[in-house]
This record gives sequence, structure tokens and C-alpha cells, in this order.
Amino acid sequence: MQINSPAFKENARIALHDVNLQKALGNLKAGFPTKRAAAVARMPEFEQLRDEGTALKNHILENLDIYLEQFEENVVKNGGHVHWCRTSKDACKTILDICKEVDAKTVTKGKSMVSEEINLNDYLEKNGVEPIETDLGEYILQLRGDHPSHIIAPAIHLNLEDVSDIFHEKHHRPKSSDPAVLMQEAREMLRQKFASADVGITGANFFVAETGSTIIVTNEGNGDLTQTLPKTHIVVTSIEKVVPTLEDMTLFLRLLARSATGQEFTVYNTLSTGPRRAGDQDGPENFHVVLVDNGRSEMVGSEFQEMLRCIRCSACMNHCPVYGAVGGHSYGWVYPGPMGSVLTPKMIGIENAGLLPNASTFCGKCESVCPVRIPLPKLMRHWREDEFSRHLSPKAVRWGLGGWAFFAKRPALYRILSSSSNLFLRLAAGKKGRIKKLPLASGWTNWRDMPAPSGKTFMQQYKSGKKD
Amino acid sequence: MSKSEILGNIRRGLKRGEASTEQKASVAQRLSRHTRNLVPQRAQLPHEEQIKLFIEMAKEAAAEVFELESIDDVPAICNQWLTSHGLTHIVTGSDSELLSLDWSKAENIATEQRVAQVGDQASLTLSFAGIAETGTLMLHSRGESPTTLNFLPDTHFVVLNRSDIVGPYEDAWQKLRESTNGEMPRTVNMITGPSRSADIEQKLQMGAHGPKDLIILLINR
Ligand code: SF4
Repeated sequence: MQINSPAFKENARIALHDVNLQKALGNLKAGFPTKRAAAVARMPEFEQLRDEGTALKNHILENLDIYLEQFEENVVKNGGHVHWCRTSKDACKTILDICKEVDAKTVTKGKSMVSEEINLNDYLEKNGVEPIETDLGEYILQLRGDHPSHIIAPAIHLNLEDVSDIFHEKHHRPKSSDPAVLMQEAREMLRQKFASADVGITGANFFVAETGSTIIVTNEGNGDLTQTLPKTHIVVTSIEKVVPTLEDMTLFLRLLARSATGQEFTVYNTLSTGPRRAGDQDGPENFHVVLVDNGRSEMVGSEFQEMLRCIRCSACMNHCPVYGAVGGHSYGWVYPGPMGSVLTPKMIGIENAGLLPNASTFCGKCESVCPVRIPLPKLMRHWREDEFSRHLSPKAVRWGLGGWAFFAKRPALYRILSSSSNLFLRLAAGKKGRIKKLPLASGWTNWRDMPAPSGKTFMQQYKSGKKD
Repeated sequence: MSKSEILGNIRRGLKRGEASTEQKASVAQRLSRHTRNLVPQRAQLPHEEQIKLFIEMAKEAAAEVFELESIDDVPAICNQWLTSHGLTHIVTGSDSELLSLDWSKAENIATEQRVAQVGDQASLTLSFAGIAETGTLMLHSRGESPTTLNFLPDTHFVVLNRSDIVGPYEDAWQKLRESTNGEMPRTVNMITGPSRSADIEQKLQMGAHGPKDLIILLINR
């Protein structure tokens, strides 16, 4: 996916005026948060599960190298292969090489954010292998030449008419306003593709050191057909998704479904362990796991280590007022919302993504719903500080803060300035107490009036209080 | 090359070199102990109540549940369901219990044993366990039970013994380890209701890529 994060402000401005997008985002706000709240209410132990999940992730990260090596050992024991890839390019090339080995023409794909992260589809296409997305949302996006705007509901930015239009154009069937009809159409279109693909690529929500298994969690069953029917199954996943045992995986599955969609459990939770066994009548003959690092190993021991606890549930973005207002595409890269505002600068550079951590309202909702208690606002603040100390913030911010610092260090001057600006604002507001236009603050006053300060400054009040 | 770089970075972050023998041993121990994390109270029930909860949760997930006295009743119920839906064909697993079923009274239904193919109407398989906590079925791949039967046909009938219902997932893992001598089957499928998607306007539609109907045949055994 192309990086478009530097244009966050511009993207957001456009998004706020996009009537269709705003309608689609309404569906998000009406859905996920309510469902999550209901599912959490049905599980009295939920807070305890969150504590355990957080502690377990911390334990995993403290022993990450050991668990990864254990996992590899067990995959190999079961007849599979593990490929360690430091960069996106390594990962794409590794996957292409496996495809070439089996002379693959087409590849079916289950939904995988890591594959978006490494821009796999473009790479495969350029090299003569056709990738076919099979998750309904991803399939719609692929037909449109579009990208996901959400990590579990990739096509949330689209409305029914958008889907109907693109299906009509590509499937040459009549338009329909019934989602059930459209879904059936996609089902029919993809059936044969599942069966004739040479390679199936899926992501993994977790992988298990104890058994050398990977697991995918889906509601559609597309991931299962993707990994069962072709001769070769490639799992592309990132290093922090390792868990010690099946019991540990279970803890995260309990947290994941409820936090993500508010389901008690996702419809299909499927473990894959190596290639087809002697006696099996179906299943892939080759099993490859491509482990992607892409900057994660450098997060271990850094101030961003806690971000590696993320289980990609999307609760943070589902509850984020900024995401809810501007949608996922505004963030300009693969990971949107609060988790993306922490992760994206790490992956594409703060110089490209500095606007994201700055877009937070710091309301704290993301942290309050995160199943593994990632302190997202704190991590975003780290980025702000980092950006400032590296002189990357915009001039206006630097001058503004620099100016403020100048006065803040000179209390007498500060007091004169604050009381005179207090007076100035009150005069500017007139009797109504509201300012229609304020130089340097047009971003605010273009949309709403600015309330004038209603009384004396804090220091004036403090002093008069003292006298009494 | 990449591997040593990645592991090197991690170790640098952890401010240590390669893990000590003790650290490795403690991880190995953790991996072999299968210690449980918190198991929700909901899943810790006497067996009869587990069964009740299983049925309730499976239905909530939009599965159909039929309670049968014996596995011998399976052909009749499949016949009834398929006929009423205008269907005539079912692919089944080849476990001995399924092979010994008598389909002679289900005259309009053709049965066969093979992997599933595109276009198959219905399948019938055995399930390994039922998990009461969320009404989830656990199935695993074996020579007699090709995985495609669980995903490709439009309708999936699954036989489950009442005695194979457990409370939490953890009990199912234990049961699996015992039955396979600790060997993981190639694939383990946990299935909770029929396939669905909400990708179009967040409106939930049933029957995406997997079975549109999931029918659990609960046997009194
Ligand atoms: S940061 Fe937390 S809430 Fe957000 S996706 Fe990750 S785990 Fe979920």
C-alpha cells in the first residue's frame, strides 16, 4: 500500500466532507462498540482475562527469542518450513520464490494485514502471479483497486451501492440492493478460484510454540478453503504473534472475539500444523511459515515495546472519536486509528507519519478498551516528544511552543501578557461573550465561535483569594 | 542471516545474549505443563448443564440442533432435512460409525465417501468434541474425515455424542492430547455456527464461503 500518511490533514478534511463515507462510518459507530459492551457484560471475568492477557504478553516478549526458536523447531518436526524475513522486501521475495517453486499462476489469499504491510499483492502481480483476495471485504476492495480502511472490517468505508456498482461492472450481473444477493454472487465467483489456485496464503492471528501450529480466526470460512484446497499453504505472519501453548492461545481467543466484533467466539478458529499427513485425503502438501520482522525486533526493549502486545482486535479504532470522524484511509497507511498512530511511525518513519500521533484527542477511550491494556495515549505522547526533539514538528508548532516557553520562563512578563490578552479577548467578544473571528485561530473560528474568557485570570483570582 | 539478525535485535533489546540454559529450561517446562489461565465460571458446570449450555450457545450462533436417541437415527433426520430443502446428495466421512449407517430408508438421498468438491450440496462428519462455553464444535483432520467436508458443501451435518461435550476449550485440548498421544493433527477446526459475513454495510448475512447451514446431530451416548 502506498504511503499517504503525510497528507493526514488533507485526507481528514476531505473525509469530513464525504457524505458517503460519513454514512458508512455511522454503521461502525452504531455497531462494534455496542456489541463489544454486550459481550463484555456477559463475561464477568473479562477484566481478569485482560490482566492475564497483558501479563502473558509481557512474559512472551521477555522470552521472545526462545519461543520463536521453539516454534520453528516444531514446525520443522511436523514437516513444514519457517522463513525469517527482516524486511518487507525479504518477505515478498521469499513468498514469490515459494510460488515459483510450485510454478504458481494464481494464489488465493485470506485476509492478512501483514500482507498489506509488505505490499504483497503488488509484488506478486508484478512478477506474474495473480493474487485473489477471498475475504468478502477484501474481494470487494480488490475489484475496486482499493485498500482496507479497517483491520477487521476492511470495506467499512463503503456503502451498499458501492458494492452493487462494482459487482455489476465486474460480474456483469444485474445490480442488487440486497446484501444477501451480493454475498451469494461473490460466493459463486470465488468457488472455482478456491479450487484451482496453486497456492493459498493466509495470515495468522497467533502461532503456538508448543505445537508449531498457526491459527486463523474468521467468520466466513474463506481462510479455511484458502489453506486447504491448494497444494501449498503459506502463512505470513509477524514475530510478536507467538504464544507458548494452546491454553495460552485460548486466553487470547476469549479476549479477541469479544473485543473485536462482540461475538462470544468467532465462527471458525482453525489451527494448521504442517502439511498433509500420510493417510490424509486432502490438505496442502507444502506448509511454509513466513515470519516477518519489519522493525518489530527493534521495538523490543524500546519505549514502544508495549505496542508488541497488540492482538489486532480493532477495539481501539472502533472506539476512537478521531477514527470515527475521518475513517481509516485518512491515516494513509495499513494500520489506522490509535494502534496505527503508534505503529505506523515505527514502520514508515516518524518523518512520514508524525501527524498521526498528533491527531489524538487523548480522550483515553482506546486504552480503556484495549484487551491487553496497551497505554496507547502514552505511546503517542512518546512520538510527539520524539518528533519535537528531532525538530520534525511543523514550524508553527515549534514557534508557538518556543514563544510560550519564552514567556513561561519569565513569570512577570507572562502575567502581563495573560491579563492583557484576557482583556483583549473580552473586548473582541463584545457583549455576547463570543468571538466570531480570531487571527491565528481561524481553524477554530471558521467553524464555531470562540468563547471569550469570562472572568479574571487565574493569577488575578489567586491573588485576590489570598488577600481574603 | 535474517534469523540471526532478528534474534540478535531481540536479545539486544532484552539486554542479554542468548538465553541461559536455565531460562530455556524454564520455558521448556512451561511449554510441557499446559498450565491453564483463568477459566470462566460459565464453563465450569456439571455435565448435564454443560449439555444444556452447549445447545443454547450453539443455537445462539445459528446452528440447528437435533437431539437423537442413537446414531442410527442419523439417515432419517438427514433425509428429512435434505428432502424438505429439495436436496438429494450427501458426502460423508468414512469413519466406521458413518459407514455402518443404514441409508436404505432414505431412498431419495445418494451418499458417497470422498473429499468435498465444488458444488457439493451437503456433508456429514463426526465431531471430536463439543465445547459448552460457546456452543463450539471441535473437529480434526484424519484420513477418514477430510477437512474439505467441513467447509465446501452448502450444508454441514455434524454428529456429536453427548458424552463428548466438555465445559471450556481447555478440556477439549486435554481430550485432544490424550486421544492423539500429544501429536497435533494437521488441522483442528473449531466451528461455532454457520459461515457469515458483515462486510457489506456491517449488516450480518449468513452463508459467506463456508456452509450456509450447520446442523448438529446430538446423540444420546
Ligand atoms: S492496540 Fe489494543 S485495542 Fe487496538 S487493536 Fe491492538 S489489542 Fe486491539
